[in-house]
Amino acid sequence: MDSKNSSKVKKIGVVGVGSFGTAIANMLAEKSAVIVYARKSEVVDEINSLHQTQGRNLNPAIRATNNPQEICAQCEILFFMVPSSGFQEVTRNFAPYLHPYHLIIHGTKGLCLDLPAGQDLKTVQKIKRSQILTMSEVIQRETVAVRVGCLAGPNLSKELIKGQPAATVIASKYNEVILEGQRLLRSDRFQVYGNSDIIGVELSGVLKNIIAIASGALAGLGLGENAKGLLISRGMVEMVHLSTALGGGVQSVIGLAGIGDLVATCNSVDSRNFTVGYRLAKGEKLDQILADMEEVAEGINTVKIIKAFLETTDLRAPITENLHRVLFEDFEIEEALQFLMKFPFSVDVDFV
Amino acid sequence: MEEKYIKHRYEPILPSKDEWPVVKLARERKEFVKKVSEKSQDRILRLTSQNPDILKEELETTLYREKLRIKQNPWVVDPDDDLDFWNKVKDALLQVNSETKLSKSQRLEAYREILQRITTRYSEEIASNFKHHHYKFTRSVVTYGFARLLNAARVKGFRSIFSNQYTLQDKIQITGQTDQLRDLATKGTVVMVPTHFSNLDSILIGWTISVLGLPPFIYGAGLNLFNISIFAYFMDALGAYKVDRRKKNLMYLETLKTYSKEAIQFGCHSLFFPGGTRSRSGMIESKLKLGLLSTAIEAQRTNYQKGFKDISGKVFIVPVTINYHFVLEAPSLIREYLSITGQERYYKENDEFSSSYKISKFLVKFFTKGSDISVSVGKAMDVLGNYVDEHGESLDKNGRRIDTQDYFISNGEITVDQQREEEYTFLLGKRIVEEFHKINRVFSSHLVAFTAFEMIKEQNQKLDLFDLIRLPEEEISIPYDDFKAACQKVYDRILELKKEKQINVAPHMKRSMDEIIQHGLDNVGMYHAKRPLIRDKSGAIVTEDMSLLYFYHNRLHGYGLEKLF
Repeated sequence: MDSKNSSKVKKIGVVGVGSFGTAIANMLAEKSAVIVYARKSEVVDEINSLHQTQGRNLNPAIRATNNPQEICAQCEILFFMVPSSGFQEVTRNFAPYLHPYHLIIHGTKGLCLDLPAGQDLKTVQKIKRSQILTMSEVIQRETVAVRVGCLAGPNLSKELIKGQPAATVIASKYNEVILEGQRLLRSDRFQVYGNSDIIGVELSGVLKNIIAIASGALAGLGLGENAKGLLISRGMVEMVHLSTALGGGVQSVIGLAGIGDLVATCNSVDSRNFTVGYRLAKGEKLDQILADMEEVAEGINTVKIIKAFLETTDLRAPITENLHRVLFEDFEIEEALQFLMKFPFSVDVDFV
Repeated sequence: MEEKYIKHRYEPILPSKDEWPVVKLARERKEFVKKVSEKSQDRILRLTSQNPDILKEELETTLYREKLRIKQNPWVVDPDDDLDFWNKVKDALLQVNSETKLSKSQRLEAYREILQRITTRYSEEIASNFKHHHYKFTRSVVTYGFARLLNAARVKGFRSIFSNQYTLQDKIQITGQTDQLRDLATKGTVVMVPTHFSNLDSILIGWTISVLGLPPFIYGAGLNLFNISIFAYFMDALGAYKVDRRKKNLMYLETLKTYSKEAIQFGCHSLFFPGGTRSRSGMIESKLKLGLLSTAIEAQRTNYQKGFKDISGKVFIVPVTINYHFVLEAPSLIREYLSITGQERYYKENDEFSSSYKISKFLVKFFTKGSDISVSVGKAMDVLGNYVDEHGESLDKNGRRIDTQDYFISNGEITVDQQREEEYTFLLGKRIVEEFHKINRVFSSHLVAFTAFEMIKEQNQKLDLFDLIRLPEEEISIPYDDFKAACQKVYDRILELKKEKQINVAPHMKRSMDEIIQHGLDNVGMYHAKRPLIRDKSGAIVTEDMSLLYFYHNRLHGYGLEKLF
């Protein structure tokens, strides 16, 4: 409490310095004093002395720390930019230092699970909605922070770093979170939209990764633009149905965080998820691909979770199901593609 | 009785009645009503953005609805000058409308004057009429009268009517966090939120509060209860203010909220039935009416703004569940529920609890036959649903102390953000529902009703709810052994849930399964003309009324127990 009032100008915290975290930290640093959190002390030292990490430059004004207590005391607004695999752990580490006045906006496009102790994705066949947590649900469950938001949209880090024009969505149940996010991020190269359907926006960002892998596979097979158009359109329909089943709104999927991000990711060799699909189609094995990727492709985990979720519903999600076969059941991509081409999609659009 | 219940009478926490917030409020009633009226005006002006045209529209809507109400749905309790008053409002409105020369601010002023008349009338109407000697009298009548009835019924023989062997506390069991409640009530302001199944609840809770030695709580009672003079007397005595559910216009709702908020800030312990109205379906409320709940959050924030940052300015939310074997109004409640599910259609607020004869008959039955009621008091929470420790400090999930004020802070200052508080109200509502489920106590009657209904549903999988309820009762029969096995299955799952602290069970559930079933069958909806569940001559389980069975079955809704079938 005391440290909070000690300085008039509030700093902004960014937790995690992966590619997206670094890009956002740099954008925030244009307007505000920024502190970043990294777990490893060598990363912290590198940022504080050389102003860079993993070959990416940081604004020299940005300071780094590996002390959650310090960053929580100095910042009222925190951006959580850590992959979903480490999200629960990081949130738990931060929980003792967070207060109800903290605003947290996350930019993670993945899902976490809440399974009984001793169980994980390998041991369970079915996962109910109540066992799936979006990142905002993780934050609310693990900490006292309630004013939570999420950042999603077509935001490929490489392009953001170059300063190319882009836009994003900040979703939150709280208007004040959206307004703060807009105030901090908006610039003449970066537009920020607001959305109150936070679950829908989170799910859009999560589900589009599945389609991105499929899109990479199509590209890897050397298929053309017709096929891609087909995939994106059918992919969007699948996202709508999955999102609705998981508690998101239809509108968010057809917005910037859904279709906007989907189109960007499905066309980009800079997307990790796209790359996974591309290399699979070129004949590499999943283990090989994962072994030499420096950051996680969230889509792979998402496919597993959604597959297990589908077991509890009578919903069909052909793209996800076939991708699961290819990734984990030694199905050939060509076979999966054949299956999809024969799948009786009769109605074009059945959700509006 | 093998059960350990709180049977002693607690010492009053505030011995002198002059210290009771509700007595202080009654003393300052006039000023308080005025304050409520003024603050409501401010709120309404803010909501209409000080725009005379919007305000005019709201006034006209209110006028129109009020005249419609007077014409279509008049009640005994309505004041005689009702029509007169609204005609005058109409005249005043017409006059302002016709004066074309007024400037914008003059028009706003003219409409504000009309608004003032309305809010003053509403505040006066809502305000309680607490009188201490009435309260004392009512309390002793309830306690003494009921004790007499009870003893006459249970202790056999001449002169039993004067026996003191049984008291009301044998009949109504109070369990749970009673000490915490008593303690916090001396330190801060308590808002009690009970489940609501029967019109008897308000009297029951009033009695519970008095047994626990707490000063009277104020609460909003449906105006329809004031139609009956004996009830009106009780209600006034218990510190009730009046809530008229026919009036759904902005001016009324804002005045009502202001009244509730100001009373909490005044330090009056309050009682809301957060379901808004009795549960029609017999389910534990899952969606709460959030209107009055938001006033608790608002009052808390205002206290912080005024600098009351210690426990004296803190508002505590205490969930309470009331469990019955029998709900007098069940037949009409479930009928209403079934007729309105599927489509929200307008139905008239009626009151089947209206005849004094019915009530007295019920009371006599209630006290002369054995059917127990339990009141379980849950853990106190702050207005965001965090548990609080013995000093009233809020705790996070890991037991760390947190400051509730921080929820209202942006950029280092307490701010008023209506949208944020709406979300907080929603969160609090969700937490209350969670707590209801946790402190809910399973009775034998709930178990048998739930199991029987689910078994019938399982046998008729193709039928939807409405067809299921229309099944001819004579075609339904469950062999006792099957029934017993299914009850055991549900019971085992309930015990598992209890271990996870997701539910609670009444002590009479610790007997053998045969005894539990017998107890349940004896008690479930015991005074209804048609019993929801009985054993026929061959020993099989049969029902006389499917919709009643559905009603009592619903009490265990929301725990996922139906998945066992």
